[in-house]
Amino acid sequence: MWNWFYKLASPPHFYRTATVLEPWLFWPALVLLAIGLYGGLVMAPADYVQGDGYRIIYVHVPSSYLSMFTYVTMAVTSAIGLIWRMKLAFCVAAACAPIGAAFTFMSLTTGAIWGQPMWGTWWVWDPRLTSQLILFFLYLGYMFLRQALAETRQADRASGVLAVVGVVNIPIIHFSVEWWNSLHQPASLSKLETPAIAGDMLWPLLVMILAYQLLMLALLMTGIRAQVLEREKNARWVGELLDTTGHEA
Amino acid sequence: MTPRRQRMLAVVVIFVGVSIAATLLLRALDMNTMYFFGPEEVLTGKAPLDKPFRLGGLVVNGSFKREPGSLEATFEVTDNVARVTVSYTGVLPDLFTEGQGMVANGRLREDGVFVAAEVLAKHDENYMSPEIAKMLDKKGHPGSPMDTLVEDPT
Repeated sequence: MWNWFYKLASPPHFYRTATVLEPWLFWPALVLLAIGLYGGLVMAPADYVQGDGYRIIYVHVPSSYLSMFTYVTMAVTSAIGLIWRMKLAFCVAAACAPIGAAFTFMSLTTGAIWGQPMWGTWWVWDPRLTSQLILFFLYLGYMFLRQALAETRQADRASGVLAVVGVVNIPIIHFSVEWWNSLHQPASLSKLETPAIAGDMLWPLLVMILAYQLLMLALLMTGIRAQVLEREKNARWVGELLDTTGHEA
Repeated sequence: MTPRRQRMLAVVVIFVGVSIAATLLLRALDMNTMYFFGPEEVLTGKAPLDKPFRLGGLVVNGSFKREPGSLEATFEVTDNVARVTVSYTGVLPDLFTEGQGMVANGRLREDGVFVAAEVLAKHDENYMSPEIAKMLDKKGHPGSPMDTLVEDPT
């Protein structure tokens, strides 16, 4: 029963799976991105208070969501790696970091660009903004820690512990707007009762979130493949791969 | 206990320990992490009145006054329980309007007027087109943005 799982955890097998999956994630992501952007920037009406300025949510909300999703993925795979000593889990975690850092950076910058005209300031030390900035530093810390430790096994374990420790920040980011008085508005999407966003503005946002999700997975596949190749560069299957395809690696 | 069990336990202990530490830390900080205080907290003395602090709330409909040719504005801010009058000289952000939220940084003067050095607009989580907003407004729908506003608290 666990056979498929063990098979998936074998680096050469996963390398092949990731290679097959990658285009199936990447191209749909691009198509959805085009649909979502057209829907959000052209079809959706202007907001009753914010005018056209609100349209930045079509980039801001998906990147913010992905910045947290990627961190949880990194923390969970780090925990799996630490407990089961699974190399592939560490490959996934290490591949998550730059992707998550990029999403966090986008979330912070698009938020600042929106905040300047709407709130009247680029940045405030508000609980939501501050915890999101901490998330960015967690990603950077994770990457620097890996860089600093030359031995892969040591780097995996140390950075894995950091990823698990940092995961407490995720609920803090999410609930910051409810626990404390905050300048940042509360969540519009996860409110189940009445949707806080009108339908014609909502669907492009959902399409954008799905597009970002697929894009993240596509980038993750690329990242994992690079991690696997780097770690297994002396293995025979990598040598054979080079012989047969030439351009891989 | 197998080594794997031990490692599992270690990861769980780290996770639980850090969670407890974070919870305690945030609880201990409590008031210090308050980004702003509402009018009720100001009037009951929970806000730090001896130093600058941030005041947040909704701008009461019809309370905004500005002398023509002057940048000095006064308006009332409410949390639907209490009201505080704010005085501010300067340019207000685009989203600042009566009935919307705002956060002001400043101090409370002896006469109970909050003198703001900076005013930021706080937006709510509702997004809709102007047409729908107008329609909801006419019907007096409870979700209406113009309507959730501020009944007179007095």
